[in-house]
Amino acid sequence: MLKLENIVKDFGGLRVLDRLSLEVPEGTIFGLIGPNGAGKTTVFNIVSGLSRPSAGRIILDGAEITNLPPAAIAARGLARTFQNIRIFKDMSLLENVLVGMHRLFSYSPVAMFFDLSLKRREERRLREKALAILSLVNLADKARRKAESLSYGEQRKLELARALATAPRLLLIDEPAAGMNPAETEELMNEILQINRQGYTICLIEHDMKFVMGLCGQVAVLNFGELIATGTPEEVKQNALVIEAYLGRDEELDLNRDL
Amino acid sequence: MSEFLIAFWQTYNTLLFTVFVHGMLALSIYITLACGQLSLGNAAFMGIGAYTAALLTMKMQVPFALALAAGGLLPAAVALAIGIPTLRLSGVYLAMATLGFGEVVRVVFLNLAITGGSLGLNGVPLKTEFWHLLFILGGLIYFFVKLKNSRFGRALEAINEDEIAAAVLGIRTTFFKVGAFVVGAFIAGIAGGLNAHFTFFVSPREYGFEFAVDILTFAILGGTGTFWGPLLGSTILTLLPELLRFLGPYRLALNGLILLLVVLYLPNGIVSFKRKGGPS
Amino acid sequence: MFLQQFANALALGSVYALFALGFTLIFGVLEVITLAHGAVFMVGAFAGLVAVTKADVGFGTALLLGMLAGGLLGWLIDLVAVRPLRKRKFHHLAPMIATIGCATFITSMAQGIFGAEVYRFPFDFVPATVFTLGGVQLTLVQLLIIGVSFSLMLIILFLLQKTKWGLAVRAVAENPRTANLLGIPVEKVFQGISFAASALGGAAGVLTGINFNAIHTFMGGPILHRGIAVIILGGMGDIRGALLGGLILGFSEVLSVAYLSSDFRDAVSFGLLFLILLIRPAGIFGKTAERKG
Repeated sequence: MLKLENIVKDFGGLRVLDRLSLEVPEGTIFGLIGPNGAGKTTVFNIVSGLSRPSAGRIILDGAEITNLPPAAIAARGLARTFQNIRIFKDMSLLENVLVGMHRLFSYSPVAMFFDLSLKRREERRLREKALAILSLVNLADKARRKAESLSYGEQRKLELARALATAPRLLLIDEPAAGMNPAETEELMNEILQINRQGYTICLIEHDMKFVMGLCGQVAVLNFGELIATGTPEEVKQNALVIEAYLGRDEELDLNRDL
Repeated sequence: MSEFLIAFWQTYNTLLFTVFVHGMLALSIYITLACGQLSLGNAAFMGIGAYTAALLTMKMQVPFALALAAGGLLPAAVALAIGIPTLRLSGVYLAMATLGFGEVVRVVFLNLAITGGSLGLNGVPLKTEFWHLLFILGGLIYFFVKLKNSRFGRALEAINEDEIAAAVLGIRTTFFKVGAFVVGAFIAGIAGGLNAHFTFFVSPREYGFEFAVDILTFAILGGTGTFWGPLLGSTILTLLPELLRFLGPYRLALNGLILLLVVLYLPNGIVSFKRKGGPS
Repeated sequence: MFLQQFANALALGSVYALFALGFTLIFGVLEVITLAHGAVFMVGAFAGLVAVTKADVGFGTALLLGMLAGGLLGWLIDLVAVRPLRKRKFHHLAPMIATIGCATFITSMAQGIFGAEVYRFPFDFVPATVFTLGGVQLTLVQLLIIGVSFSLMLIILFLLQKTKWGLAVRAVAENPRTANLLGIPVEKVFQGISFAASALGGAAGVLTGINFNAIHTFMGGPILHRGIAVIILGGMGDIRGALLGGLILGFSEVLSVAYLSSDFRDAVSFGLLFLILLIRPAGIFGKTAERKG
């Protein structure tokens, strides 16, 4: 589904990603983990087109997307959420999801101006679809409220719903469980599992190890911009380099519980 | 009664026409503000439209409707040409760059023979009628109403709120921003053509820095959240100097004072007062 | 001939630079585009004029009074129009619009008081002495202008770079919140800079007054245009840009009048501006004017 070939990213004099190569198989839930500052979000930025790699290639679904602008990459079926939640606070939940569906509309400005039936039909159909997506994440009852009125956990879910609305093939989710309590995390895990079952490939960045272990079929571990291990969560857990990476960073890690 | 109305019309028809023209200009800046672009070039685009339309009717006897259309299309073309490099900037830098562009245009008007140099164009035929203004402004308002609940309006709003998020959702942000810029220029150009044909005169001094800032002020005063805000702002700021005429040279002082007070106490514009039930 | 024009250009350019410097300081430190700077300039000029015609003071005193008037006015504008907006979240252009309100108010009041006529300094206020320096003739007026402008600019630069106040100012310009946490009295810096920058504007007004021997209530407009052009050329918020941009504009204006014709003066200046806008919209010393992301 997604292939990174020898991605290098330099920021000024600092090499943030060093010849990173990995592959996300279609249909999996793929985990991208590693200590803070390892370069995980940078990977997401590069893949989604917000940042250009200094070298290397990115291939999505067989086609090269290196250096394409973000909107073009989104058009090819990639969606992502952000670590610090970038929902449209002043818009309603429904409008947020409708923005996500921008690409799915086809009517022209002329149709808009003359209120042609094409426009009315599409708006109606896609509004219903948007409400359906909001139901998936249990937010349909708040559809008309302003997004900023949601709780933190709900805002995360909204961002996820909006990403789904773009009808992607691959979904990049950046730290979805951050700031959530155990109950919310549990609910989120289920929702992501459901989404995956519907056919979406998912790649997620997460620190919560229970989350990663419970959800991911495959995992890649980054440290200082390099890939140090890849495989199933079980395999990776026992990898000496991985253990060292986490221990060496003074991360408070209960080896039994967290890994 | 009808004598009163006739007298009223004779005295105030120009003012009323101006209120409509300023309303169009307010809308022209609104569309760029709606996607987060602070363009101060609309006075210049209006000027280009005014000169184009006036020259076409005066020198080439082009029918009014065509001249107006040309007066809208030429600024739109210019906006397209300069839009792409300029819209890479943001915020005040974009504002200053478009202001600078306006200065360049003003100098061009002052120096070309065809535009009459510093004397401008005199004797522009009277062609604008009230129903033209009503129809066109009405059409524009209708357009903005339709825009609001369409995918295009949502895209603009998304870009305004968070351009990066909009981009990863598949919205071609450059396309929309340049598009809004071009549409704004088109509207301003039409307003210019209409204006020229009831003021009889196109002056190179009218479409410069001061007016560009005035247009922005219309929008900020009224509130940039919806398109009604700039319309309200333009109406108030156009009528106010007339209402205060009795103050002589000091009327602008009161104008400035009122502007200052509104900005200080209703920093999100007058319309925000109604929307949120109080100053936000 | 060129050297002669050089002197003219230097005189004009240094005043533009002085004006733009004040403008840039306020933008750089307070992050406000003050469109009242032209009005401050005009008031400074009138303050100097009134002092000379009513109290018969000399050039030096007139200059100081012009600076004082400008500075006080600028401080007042900050107090009334900008400071209230500092305290809360607002549309980032609200301060600019507020300064427009101030400018309109000030200019209009001045027009009520002084009317639309052009005032002049008394005959021979600055003696029409001419100096010859290496084949170039410099009037005393030009010498004063160049001297005062550059002195003021150098003083400001010295204060900013070499004193602890300057350090405080630069810290606030960089990041007011951090500066505040470091114990710097941010509000005092804002007010101080408003005063100082406007004093420079007032000085520019007096100098322009003696340069053209014409003072009128409309003089704020054209200089403000030039100020904007200068900072677009030089890069907003950058002091070097203001200085260099002012000189470039002065030179292009004088040289185009001398070698082309006065019709082309503005055309050349703004043609230059346009080119900069197309090629490097951020200006010569412009920072990241490009969008983040």
